[in-house]
Amino acid sequence: MSISKKQVDEVVIRFAGDSGDGMQLTGGRFTETTAVVGNDLSTLPDFPAEIRAPAGSLAGVSAFQIKFSSKDIHTPGDVPDVLVAMNPAALKVHQSDVPPGGTIICNSAAFNPRNLKLAGYDSNPLEDKTLDDYFTLYSIDMSRMVSEACKDLDLSPKLVDRSKNFYALGLLFWMYDRPLKSTEDWLAKKFAKKPEIIESNVRALNAGYNYGETTEIFTTRYTVDKANLPPGKYRNVVGNYALSMGLAAAAEKSKLELFLGSYPITPASDILHTLSAWKHLGIKTFQAEDEIAGITSALGAAFSGSLAITTTSGPGIALKGEAMGLAVITELPLVIINVQRGGPSTGLPTKTEQSDLMQAMYGRNGEAPIPILASSTPGDCFYVAYEACRIAVKYMTPVMLLTDGYLANGSEPWIVPDIKKLPPIDVKFADKSNIVDGQFMPYLRKKDTLARPWAKPGTENLEHRIGGIEKEDVTGNVNYDPENHHFMVKTRALKVQNIANELPPTDVYGDKSGDLLILSWGGTQGACRSATEALVNDGKKVSHIHLRWINPLPNDLGELLIKFKHVLVPEINLGQLIKIIRAEYLIDAIGLNKVKGKPISSAEIQENVKKILEK
Amino acid sequence: MSESSQVKYTRKDFTSDQAVRWCPGCGDYSILTQTQKVFPDLGRKKEEFVFISGIGCSSRFPYYMHTYGFHSIHGRAPAIASGVKISRPDLSVWLVTGDGDGLSIGGNHTIHLLRRNIDLNVMLFNNRIYGLTKGQYSPTSEVGKVTKSTPMGSLDEPFNPLTLALGAGATFIARTIDKESKHMQEMITESYHHKGTSFLEIYQNCNIFNDGAFSNFTDRDTKSDTVLWLKDGEPMVFGAESDKGIRLDGNIPTVVELGDKWSKDDLLVHNKKDYMIASMLSNMTSKPDTPEPIGVLYAIDAPTYEDNIASQISSAIENKPKSSIQDIINSGDTWVVK
Repeated sequence: MSISKKQVDEVVIRFAGDSGDGMQLTGGRFTETTAVVGNDLSTLPDFPAEIRAPAGSLAGVSAFQIKFSSKDIHTPGDVPDVLVAMNPAALKVHQSDVPPGGTIICNSAAFNPRNLKLAGYDSNPLEDKTLDDYFTLYSIDMSRMVSEACKDLDLSPKLVDRSKNFYALGLLFWMYDRPLKSTEDWLAKKFAKKPEIIESNVRALNAGYNYGETTEIFTTRYTVDKANLPPGKYRNVVGNYALSMGLAAAAEKSKLELFLGSYPITPASDILHTLSAWKHLGIKTFQAEDEIAGITSALGAAFSGSLAITTTSGPGIALKGEAMGLAVITELPLVIINVQRGGPSTGLPTKTEQSDLMQAMYGRNGEAPIPILASSTPGDCFYVAYEACRIAVKYMTPVMLLTDGYLANGSEPWIVPDIKKLPPIDVKFADKSNIVDGQFMPYLRKKDTLARPWAKPGTENLEHRIGGIEKEDVTGNVNYDPENHHFMVKTRALKVQNIANELPPTDVYGDKSGDLLILSWGGTQGACRSATEALVNDGKKVSHIHLRWINPLPNDLGELLIKFKHVLVPEINLGQLIKIIRAEYLIDAIGLNKVKGKPISSAEIQENVKKILEK
Repeated sequence: MSESSQVKYTRKDFTSDQAVRWCPGCGDYSILTQTQKVFPDLGRKKEEFVFISGIGCSSRFPYYMHTYGFHSIHGRAPAIASGVKISRPDLSVWLVTGDGDGLSIGGNHTIHLLRRNIDLNVMLFNNRIYGLTKGQYSPTSEVGKVTKSTPMGSLDEPFNPLTLALGAGATFIARTIDKESKHMQEMITESYHHKGTSFLEIYQNCNIFNDGAFSNFTDRDTKSDTVLWLKDGEPMVFGAESDKGIRLDGNIPTVVELGDKWSKDDLLVHNKKDYMIASMLSNMTSKPDTPEPIGVLYAIDAPTYEDNIASQISSAIENKPKSSIQDIINSGDTWVVK
């Protein structure tokens, strides 16, 4: 029997196994290799909140999905073509997502009575033929193969068995015609001090690859051509990492010292980790005693002239509410990052959601408007982080940046930016020119932006006091006058609204009028764009607008929306942007709302659009 | 820190143009006055002082000092001040708080500030009552305190601010009294010169809601017998005729009469570097059988958090000089699409 090579445009693979099986790492290595091979790709890690749920349990299943393609893609894929299930629980949790005809690869060694019982199987699905009618099933005793390959190594059987994820990886590399070298190099670097671990993993990797090459059970290998991406130098980038680089780039361009005040919380902690490792850039990170100290220490740093950042997820934002109000009234620049996760309360800490938009808009006492922007892809996190910093210091305001668990942990190929080409961030601290009649006026605003001056402590003659009590216009003195309060409330709102004047014209994908407009924000961008592309190919008069700025909304949005018969707003919440759109523009927008802790699929959107258009 | 050898300041230089709005007779006035009197002599440029406060009567303090100031939100001043000092170690940062602000709503920030030993000066105005919210009991009110929120008397044991601070790892704890102007000036000066977090508790009379809370230690008739003025390196003597002292009976501080039986040589000698003495003294707070220790209880040298951050950063820069974020952006596996 000969092995045929088949060319395909795109493939979705899902690696699933126990939390301790190393699925995130396996997915990560497959991603790096796929990126270097030149495919476009998008990834979706999906892991449990428990660090180590009981081995073999359904709760402990961790998965990593990657879609790669010879074409420009926007999402990590709706359904997997191939599911790698390292144990019965992984199969149980993910099998229903595999469409009929899909491929399932299992480590048969893990399908023992104990694990089968833990996963709730009465009989072994690898043997009882229940899968055979629907799927192409490969049941491979990976544990035994790895143990054979490593039998002369001085390693415990337990340690050897931990290499089996590399066996699976090697097999998939063979199936999709990918080189092993970058993974071997990576292992050599990662375990430089443990040569026997390098050896066992390299052997497992090669054993998996060779198994595909030599056995005759696989009939087909697949090739996926390089994607036709815009020219440039690329790297693969994960959202939280891109965001960290964006913040550091803003610090460098503004010549401000970066200060991060933060408290560990999933899925935002990686930003704290990343920035903490960049001390050589002069970045100061402060792991505070709680969320409130995270933001208030950052506010203190902002008062003293640093580029101040605080990072968290939804529950942390709830705790930071009062301090955000203080940042609004003291008009200090501060970037507040919310990597959204499933809520309410602790909710689904490791899953994604877009349900904090209303919290971002209104989650403070009093009239406390804060500019809000959201990133659309993992790579976009870099640019929105930079933009958030630029706006914060230009307008002297806190800025809220929304990402989500899917963007934070997902990855994509990314054109390496040249920071020289980013827009400038010019910071001019207050000096003697801000002194009127011998007194520094902390609330004497710039006419265009309405920004107040930023006076660094330590500067002679600019001594002044700010605080949370209402300020008198110009002098900043404590003031309880009704007219002054009304004026200051309106001025703070106007300052945020004014940001819209510098936003670029809204980009419409597709025609500027038609039957239906898909309006999205945040991490649903990819699914919405994919759906729009498919619907347009299908002859539908559908267009797509994706919003980077939600507060303020772009000035031209209202006139664009009314050119469409229907406006559909897909969101991973029960309808939050749609409320703002309805309130602002008085249009009868339609919601598509799924709150399952995972991205909305392109297929769901297409189906929904078709239903609306049929009416 | 820059010395202002040329500039001679006066109290007026530290007085802002804002009308002071505390109740007439409030102990806060004295604290403000002593601060404004002593600051010109600290020998530091005026623009390098920053006052941070939370919420409460005491927290209005920054508005009245003509320095940089930030009147923030309830309990959070320690965290804001930490951010200021970590970001700008060149500034002299002062934190004004009260028993409610610093020990109740902001208790968490206070203890973490102390364990980090950030070089800040904490002035805790302790009046053992909530003044700004009009008279509820506070975390330092004595058990049984009858207030609007505790009509049958408060039930919870109070915090002892100095034992709390010591337990949290403070490197400097001291106590003074609003009516003792000269002593307060000394304590403010000592706080300023301590490198690390200095924690100064100030007994402050709230003449509206808790009048006379400290009268035992301030009334001419009683104070010589109720207050132990601490002097480093000297035996613990007190009393109108300096006729009493503190002697250790085993490990228990005991009041003895000087005369036939006991002399100064039998008394405990104060050593502000001795944790055991500091612990013992702080536990003598408002006890029936011993006088109230006033002065510097404890002061040791220890590395500060912001210095340690700076040293980590400079050693990281030494290892990777002239770094730009561009280097990080460019790193990792890259490939070129033509």
